[in-house]
Amino acid sequence: MIPTPDLSHLTKDDYEYVYEPAEDTFLFLDGLELEVDELRTSKPSICLEIGSGSGCVSAFLASILGTSTALFLCTDINQFASSCTLATGRQNKTPLDPIIGSLATPLLQRLRHSVDILLFNPPYVPTNMDEADGAQHTAGIQGSWAGGTDGMQVTDVFLKDVEVLLSDTGKFYLVAIKQNDIPGIRHRMMTEYGLKSVIITQRRAGREHLFIIKFSR
Amino acid sequence: MVRLITHNLLACHVKGCTTNNFPLQFQDVQIELQEAEFNPDFVRNLLPRLEWGALVDAAKQVGDTSLPPEQPEMTDDDVLQKLHHVLLEIHITEGAMVCSNCKHIYPISNGIPNMLLSEHEIG
Repeated sequence: MIPTPDLSHLTKDDYEYVYEPAEDTFLFLDGLELEVDELRTSKPSICLEIGSGSGCVSAFLASILGTSTALFLCTDINQFASSCTLATGRQNKTPLDPIIGSLATPLLQRLRHSVDILLFNPPYVPTNMDEADGAQHTAGIQGSWAGGTDGMQVTDVFLKDVEVLLSDTGKFYLVAIKQNDIPGIRHRMMTEYGLKSVIITQRRAGREHLFIIKFSR
Repeated sequence: MVRLITHNLLACHVKGCTTNNFPLQFQDVQIELQEAEFNPDFVRNLLPRLEWGALVDAAKQVGDTSLPPEQPEMTDDDVLQKLHHVLLEIHITEGAMVCSNCKHIYPISNGIPNMLLSEHEIG
């Protein structure tokens, strides 16, 4: 049993601006815990989380792998989220390296085929497209969930970069819900980028049927 | 915390800025040293992912001249220790990183780099 990261330093005020860990986050942690053996034996050096929010998931990954064994880069478009990520790293004695940025854009050039563990819990909730556009533009808390048509507006942009980022043995873990058309995502990643995938775990939480999918070469 | 390992992985990504857009140059930086646990295997694994010249240059900009100008063929513990310090223990807390090509300024505040671009700069 890997302990859930200590988030006691984050307050109600933080969660006004930053997504508070919820069912999807906890399913993500459970999924990673199911992968413990594989994660440890693959000896990753570079981990990258897109949209790290509170920093809970990367701190958890660091506690699985050991805090001095790998680099834990964490991007978020929301500056308040990056601050929370940094604080969560400190609170859990884990050096998380937050970067305020959109998806992996500032790292794409230098991390070509270099990322060993790639994590993304995207804004997956279906909303109208204007709402999702506006949410990314203002880079606030709404951007953590508003996903546009099919909830895939942001995820689709990032999926184009996954193959470019993954190292030879790299793994990409993605959170998705049923309305995102998971068979469609998996099929596209296979046919367009040659990435195979497997569903690690799934759970119904209220109205959401959540999945954790792992992609690899 | 912008550590030099992070700096070594960031490039300017303004639309059309594709040459001489790495490494970013430090400007008016404040430094803090924080001890980190030494893990020789981790440092060794990072080696193939580094741009050595950019690292040596960045280290010089923050006042550390411990690294040889060329990447040594033999990475003994002494070299790994120096690399560990340069890559993981030097933190840039305030200042900016500037693109040598397009001069875009990426601010660093409270130890976090802001790599966001405005709408017209996105490719």
